[in-house]
Amino acid sequence: MSVVRSLGRASLPGLLGLVYLFIYAPLFILMIFSFNTAGNLAWWQGFSLEWYEKLLSYDQLWKSLRISLMVTGTAVILSTVIGTLTAYALYRWRFWGKRLFEGMLYLPMYIPEVVLGISLLVFFIFLGMPRGILTMILAHVAFTIPLVVLVVLARMQRIDWTLEEAAMDLGADELTTLRRVTLPLLFPGIMAAAFLAFPWSFNDFVITYFVTSPGNAPLPVLTYNLILGAKRSGAMGMINALGTLMTVAALLLPLVAVLLLRVRRFSLPGLHLLRKKRA
Amino acid sequence: MSSFRRRVLGFLWRHPGAKTGVTLSPVVFWLALFVLAPMLIVLYYSFLTNGPHGALLPTPTLENYKDVFITEDLRTGQPEANWLYLNIFGRSLLLAFLTTLLCLLLGYPVTYWIALYGGRYKNLWIGLFILPFWTSYLVRIFAWMFLLRDPSGFINQLLLQTGLIHEPLQLLFNTTGVIIGMVYTYLPFAVIPLYAALERLDRSVLEAAFDLGARPWQRLWRVTVPLTRGGILSASVLVFVPSVGEYLIPDLMGGAKVNMLGNLIADKFFRDQNWAFGSALSIGLILLVMALLLVYFKVSRSEQVFERRV
Repeated sequence: MSVVRSLGRASLPGLLGLVYLFIYAPLFILMIFSFNTAGNLAWWQGFSLEWYEKLLSYDQLWKSLRISLMVTGTAVILSTVIGTLTAYALYRWRFWGKRLFEGMLYLPMYIPEVVLGISLLVFFIFLGMPRGILTMILAHVAFTIPLVVLVVLARMQRIDWTLEEAAMDLGADELTTLRRVTLPLLFPGIMAAAFLAFPWSFNDFVITYFVTSPGNAPLPVLTYNLILGAKRSGAMGMINALGTLMTVAALLLPLVAVLLLRVRRFSLPGLHLLRKKRA
Repeated sequence: MSSFRRRVLGFLWRHPGAKTGVTLSPVVFWLALFVLAPMLIVLYYSFLTNGPHGALLPTPTLENYKDVFITEDLRTGQPEANWLYLNIFGRSLLLAFLTTLLCLLLGYPVTYWIALYGGRYKNLWIGLFILPFWTSYLVRIFAWMFLLRDPSGFINQLLLQTGLIHEPLQLLFNTTGVIIGMVYTYLPFAVIPLYAALERLDRSVLEAAFDLGARPWQRLWRVTVPLTRGGILSASVLVFVPSVGEYLIPDLMGGAKVNMLGNLIADKFFRDQNWAFGSALSIGLILLVMALLLVYFKVSRSEQVFERRV
């Protein structure tokens, strides 16, 4: 009886462990086998860095990385600015057609990606616009704005807005208040939004695939082409290496951000001494 | 400059509508041009006639919508239900339903444990579910392809080399592969709202159920689950909506046999060059998603009323 009971008590943590295994095991196995001599077989043959050498000397990789960074960098900056403005207006003001506007705003999150991608392609063809970096940026801004709005709005709900009134009572005009009081208060939320929008844009495949041209393949499209190639030839080693590098970078990014935010919040020990001296 | 600034501020101060307009103009511009206009063009194309070689003829027609449901028998010319497309619609709904069900079955117990017994590391446990969001969607799908392939995939190799099986299992390029891929991708979408609901759960209600003699299963079915209905509903919608329009997972993990609506739409546009029919299917998919969301908003509003009264 007690065995049954303790089994019952351990079953939920056990299931949790299995779910974590389900989430992380595929990624770890991919990483381990990126060092395997046999590129097409998921059984250990011997250690080798061959796939990394092949990958890093692959010109297309560097070109794709450049395209990805250019598109995502521009799109995230634009959508963070536009999304923050939108969140501010939604939070502070009442205006005609607000409900309809909100409904429209979150539309890109609900429309199936394949439909959004194809309709953008149809639209760009309709306008006679050549597909490439520009069309990718336009699309990426459109589908990251709702995400930015959601995150910034969440931050706005936790801000003490009387500080804004205090600034105005003390004689600051609206723009000064915005710059010196409101924006610094919103800053963590804006950073968090940019931080979520970055992987959202960088990793997007479906929409990007439809709005770019074969000559302008960002990293996800390159990965897709490599996977299609590997489906035929079975040469998976290079994708394992690419996946490993991308996953390590992706998992390090949040870690670095957490550390940076920590440092910002708690300040480095002893830093306040320097500050006091200067004042 | 400064007098210019004062004049602009003064104008905006006197006209609050203009202030809103200036602040919202970029987003309105962007969404109108790059979300709404493309949708309207697809809507327009869905009423045009498909011509030879992918041309669109400006003759308005409802044929495209009719073709989704009805076809003509090749021998008799009699109209009959178009099972080819209806099957794909049905399969998409079924696969999305199974994905949702599996995400709830996996997600609910573990988030329940985290919310109630997670202790001071709760955020870490939940964070581990959200962390893969930062990794590449394609790499995650590829990682599963690497595991599931036959005969050289990891799972097949493990089972073959240890002698548990003698023939490789077909795990990829079929429905199993697609469902594994979708559950893997959308599990975090279920975990977040489930956790939010379970976190808010009043523990004294659970204690009361225990004191009143409810067995664990009774407590789960008659107290915990009803009180977290809102979270279950949100989780279902967040998983079901992207699953039903999924394109990439059936494309890569499904092989040629498992086609879903998203793949059908892409095929009509690019393989068959039939934009009019592809547009009608796209509008159909959007309407399907909108109908689901409408039901969700209706139900969740009545849920809120229920929650307030209790």
